[in-house]
Amino acid sequence: MNAIETRSLRKVYPAPAIKKRRGVPAPAAPPSAEIVAIDSLDLAVAEGEFFGVLGPNGAGKTTLIGILTTRVRITAGEAFVSGANVTTDPAAVRSRIGVVPQRPNPDRSLSVIENLVFHATYFGIGRAEAARRGEKLLERMGIADKMHAKVDQLSGGQQQRLMIARALSHDPKVVFLDEPTVGLDPQARLSLWEILRELHDQGRTIVMSTHYMEEADQLCGRLAIIDQGKLLALDTPAVLKTKAPGDTLVEVTFDGDASVAADAARAMEGVSSAEARGPILRVFSKRGGELIPSLINAGEAHGRVVRDIQLSRPSLETLFISLTGRKLT
Amino acid sequence: MTVEPLAPVAPSRVFIAILLRDLTVARRELPYFLVRTALQPILFVTVFGFLLPRMGLIPHGYSTTMLPGVVALSLALSAIQSVALPMMQDFGFTKEIEDRLLSPVPIHLVAAEKVVGGVLQGIVAALFVLPVARLIMGPIPGLSFRNLPLLLAVTILGGTAFSAMGLYLGTGIAPQQIGLMFSVIVAPMIMFGCTYYPWAGLSHVPVMKWLVLINPLVYVSEGMRAALTPGIPHMPLLMILAALVLLTALFMFLGLRAFDKRAMS
Repeated sequence: MNAIETRSLRKVYPAPAIKKRRGVPAPAAPPSAEIVAIDSLDLAVAEGEFFGVLGPNGAGKTTLIGILTTRVRITAGEAFVSGANVTTDPAAVRSRIGVVPQRPNPDRSLSVIENLVFHATYFGIGRAEAARRGEKLLERMGIADKMHAKVDQLSGGQQQRLMIARALSHDPKVVFLDEPTVGLDPQARLSLWEILRELHDQGRTIVMSTHYMEEADQLCGRLAIIDQGKLLALDTPAVLKTKAPGDTLVEVTFDGDASVAADAARAMEGVSSAEARGPILRVFSKRGGELIPSLINAGEAHGRVVRDIQLSRPSLETLFISLTGRKLT
Repeated sequence: MTVEPLAPVAPSRVFIAILLRDLTVARRELPYFLVRTALQPILFVTVFGFLLPRMGLIPHGYSTTMLPGVVALSLALSAIQSVALPMMQDFGFTKEIEDRLLSPVPIHLVAAEKVVGGVLQGIVAALFVLPVARLIMGPIPGLSFRNLPLLLAVTILGGTAFSAMGLYLGTGIAPQQIGLMFSVIVAPMIMFGCTYYPWAGLSHVPVMKWLVLINPLVYVSEGMRAALTPGIPHMPLLMILAALVLLTALFMFLGLRAFDKRAMS
C-alpha cells in the first residue's frame, strides 16, 4: 500500500468576491477569475519515502499538503493517505498523520510541555503517557530546558521544533511539513535537517514542501517539481539533475549592456544557448570553463570590461528555469 | 513495512480532552473572565438596584424585576463572548485551533465542544452574578429557587442558544468588525432584551412588545423571571421554551455552517 496516492486530483478556488464601492462602477468579473491551484495531479508515494514537493510560491504546494492533511476540500479526483480516503474518512487520515504547518501555530494559552500533552490527549492518549512522550520529544528536539516556559518565550527555530514535536506526539506514520525551514537562520535550518533525517531513518514517510533547491537535493529521496498546480517532473534529485539542459551555465557580468556579446557567444562551438539580461550574459555550454577566454574576448571586442564570472554546474535550479522559464525564488 | 491497524479513538474521549483544554485555560483566566462578563451587569445592579432606589427615584420592588434579567444577561453575554472571541482570534490571526482540527474526529465535534465550553462559562458567570447582585441590592422579595427544573432548562437552553450564536458571530464576522458586533448587535440586544423590564410591561408600547420578539435575549430574561420570580407576570412558559429550542437549533445550524467554511477551504 502506498503512503500517499492521488488520482486526477484537482482543486479550484472560487473567484474572490468583487466588492462594489459607492461611486465606482463594479468591474466586470474576468472570465476565468477562479484559481486552479491543483490540476489533474497523479502522485504515488511509497511508505518510508522522503518525498519533496518543489515549486515557487503559489505553485500549489500548500494546497496539495492542505488536501492531504484533510484541511482543503477536493474539487475533483481522489486522494488517499495510509489507505484512507481524505474526503470520506478524514478522521482516519488525521489519526495517521502529523502536520508541521508553514507558520508555527502553537497553543499560546498553554506552556511548551502542555502543548504536547494536550495534543496527545486529542488522539486518545492518556495524560501520564502523553507527559512521558512529551518530555522525551522535547529532549530530542533540544528544547527540554524550555519545558515549562510560555510558547512566546521560544525563538522561531525553537517554535518550529515544538511544532515537529507536536506533530510526532501521537506517533504518526506519515509526517507532512509545509516549508518548514522558511524564516530560520542557517544554523537552525541545519539542525532541522538533522531531525528530519532521523525521523526518516525511523521508517516514517516524510512529505515536505520547499522552494529551496539545496534542501530538496540534500534531503529528499524523490522530488515532484510542480508549478501552477501541474506536475512538471518527478524523480530522484540525481536523475532530475541529469535532465537539466545545456550542462554548465556560465554567467559573465560586463560593465555595460551584454547583448553586444550574445551573438558571438551563440556562434561558439558547444554553446546550446546564450542570452543577455542587462549586463549579464548567460551561456549554457557543454565546454563549461573552457569557454571563458572566448567570452571575455567577445565582450572586449565591443569595449566591455568583465566585472564578474560565475560557473554553475547543472542543477535543479537550471532544470527549473528550463521547465518553467522562471527562477524558483 | 505494513501499517498496523490503528485502534480508532472514541470521539467522546477526544471531545472531553478538547473540553479539558478549554476549561484549563478558562480556569487560569477566571479573574479576567469574571471582570469581562460580570462587570457590566454588576454596574447596572449598583445603579438601578442600589443607588436609584436609595434616592427614591425607583421603587424598592424593582429589584425583583431586575434580578432575573441581570442573571439572564450574564449568562447570555458570557456564553456568546466565550465562543465568539476565541473563534475570531483562532481563525483570524493565530490559527491556534488547527491542532484541534487535526484531531481524529469530525470537525463538527470541535465546534460542538466550543459551544459546550461556552455554556459552562455562561453558567459560571450567572452563578457569580446572582449572589453579588443579592449582596448589593439587599433582600429581594419574591425570589425563589423552588422551580429548579425550569431554572436548569432555561439556563442550559439559553446558554446553548447564545453559545451557538457566539459560534456563528465568531466564525462569520471578520475580526476587524468586532467593535461593530458589540455596538450594533450586542448593545441593542441588551437594551431591548427585557432584562431591565418585564415583557408584560411593554403592553404600554404594543409595537415594541412584538418587535422585541426577534431578540433572543427576551426569552432568556423571561425564562429566568418565570423560574426565579414566579410572582411577577412573565411570558407563557411554552412560548419561552419553544423559542429557546428553535433559536438553539437555528444558531447551531448557522454556526456549524460558518465554522465549516472557516475550518476547510
